Amino acid sequence: MRHAFVLAALLALSSVAASAQDSLRSYVIVGDAIPDSLTGTPGDVARGRAIVANRSVGLCLLCHRAPIPEERFQGDLAPDLAGTGARWSEGQLRLRLVDASRLNSDTIMPPYYRLDRLQRVAGNFAGKPILTASQIEDVVAYLASLK
Amino acid sequence: MRLSAVVGLGTVFLATLAMAQGGKDQRRSGYQDMSPALQRMQDDDTANPAMLYVQAGEALWKQKAGASNKACVDCHDAGSMKGVAARYPAIPSGADKPVDLEGRINLCRTGQQKAAPFDAESEELLDLAAYVARQSRGMPIAPADDPRLASFRAHGEQLFKERQGQLNLSCANCHDDNAGKKLGGATIPQAHPTGYPIYRLEWQALGSLKRRLRNCLIGLRAEPYDYSSPEYVDLELYLMDRARGMTIDAPAVRP
Ligand code: HEC
Ligand code: HEC
Repeated sequence: MRHAFVLAALLALSSVAASAQDSLRSYVIVGDAIPDSLTGTPGDVARGRAIVANRSVGLCLLCHRAPIPEERFQGDLAPDLAGTGARWSEGQLRLRLVDASRLNSDTIMPPYYRLDRLQRVAGNFAGKPILTASQIEDVVAYLASLK
Repeated sequence: MRLSAVVGLGTVFLATLAMAQGGKDQRRSGYQDMSPALQRMQDDDTANPAMLYVQAGEALWKQKAGASNKACVDCHDAGSMKGVAARYPAIPSGADKPVDLEGRINLCRTGQQKAAPFDAESEELLDLAAYVARQSRGMPIAPADDPRLASFRAHGEQLFKERQGQLNLSCANCHDDNAGKKLGGATIPQAHPTGYPIYRLEWQALGSLKRRLRNCLIGLRAEPYDYSSPEYVDLELYLMDRARGMTIDAPAVRP
C-alpha cells in the first residue's frame, strides 16, 4: 500500500517537472499524506478559519458543513468538517486539500493545489491553484484544530 | 451516428416505459424543487414577472419590421406556436446544424423580415422567446424526431459529463449525482430545461437557458462558451432528451 503511494509520488514528481505544475512548490507524498509543510512554516488557525468560511476563497462551505455558526447556508454534499483534526493528521489533511483525487479518482472535492489535468479553466484563474501554498497551510492548521 | 440513433431510441423507450409504469419516474423539475410560495408566483399570471415579457413579446409579434416590412403574424397566426418550444432545438430546413428557439427567431428576423438579428439576451429576443414558449406551457417535452440530431446530442452528453474549470467538476457531478442536496444555500436541481426563458429572482430579469448554463460554468471557474457557440445548442439537445416527456412550465420563475 505504502509502496504504491511512494511510487505514485515519484511518478508524479517526475511528470510534474515538464508541466504547468512547475510553478507550484514540490512535495512528497508518503502513504496517504504529505507530511511536510508546503511552505516550511506552520499555518495560522484564524486565517485558515476565515478561508474556510469565505465562499469565494475557500468555497468549502458550498459542499461541507463546518463549526462556523455565523455562516448560514452550509452545504451537504460532503462530510462535516467538525472533528477532522481528530480523524486525520496534518499530513493527511494536506494531501486531501492539495489533490484529493489521489485518494479517490472520482472525488468531487476540487484539487486545491494542482494545475495539471484541468480543462477549460477560466482566464482569470488559469495557471493559478485554487489556494496558495500558505493558504493551504492555514487551512490545514485550522482543520487540525477541529478536535 | 447509427449507434447514437439507436441509443436515442432506447432513451425514448425507457422514458415511455418509466411513464407507463407510473411513479417510477424519479425526475423532478426545478418547479417541483421550489417553495410553495414561488410555485404560486409562477402559476399566477398576475404575479409571475415573466408575464410582462410575454405581453411585450405579443406586441413584437404583431409589429412590422425590417426591409420586407412584415410582422411575425403575417406568416404565423396568433397561437400557432403551440408545441414549438417543447420540440426545439431543431435543424431548420435547408440547414445542417441545429438551432435553439432564439436562433430560430433570429433566422426569421434576418431571412423573412430582412432585419438585423437581435443580440443574445436582448430584451426583444427574450420577449419573443417567452411569448413563443408560453404557448407550449403544459405540454410534454417532445424532442424533434430527426436522426441528424443524434451526433449533436451525443456531443452535448459528452460535455455534460466532462469535468471542467478550476474546480474540476462536471455538470453530471452535481445534477446527476448530487441533485436534491444543498450546495451552500441552494438546492441542486436535476437541471431539466422545462421553464426557459426563466425569470430568475437572483437576476431580477428574464434570462435564457444559455445564461443559466453560463452561470453554472462561471461557478465552476470554467471559461464560459461564447453566446453564439454550438456547445449550448448541443447541451440543450441533451438536456431536452433527458427531460423528454416532462411538462413545459415556461416562462418559469426560479430563485
Ligand atoms: C465541490 C465539493 C467540495 C468542496 C468545494 C470542498 N470539498 Fe472537501 N470533500 C468533498 C467530498 C465529496 C469529500 C468526501 C471524500 C471524497 O469524496 O473523496 C471531501 C472530503 C474532505 C475532507 C476529508 C473529510 C473526512 O472526514 O473524510 C476534508 C478534510 C475536506 N474535504 C476539507 C475541505 C476544505 C477545507 C475545503 C475548502 C478549502 C473543501 N473540503 C472543499 C467535497 C468538497
Ligand atoms: C457545483 C454544482 C453545479 C455544477 C457542477 C453545475 N451546476 Fe447547474 N445548477 C447548480 C445549482 C445549485 C443550480 C440551481 C440554481 C442556483 O441556485 O444557482 C443549478 C441550475 C441549473 C439549471 C436550471 C434548472 C432549472 O430548473 O431551471 C440548469 C439547466 C443547469 N444548472 C445545468 C448545468 C449544466 C449544463 C452544467 C455544466 C455545464 C451545470 N449545470 C453545472 C449547480 C451546479
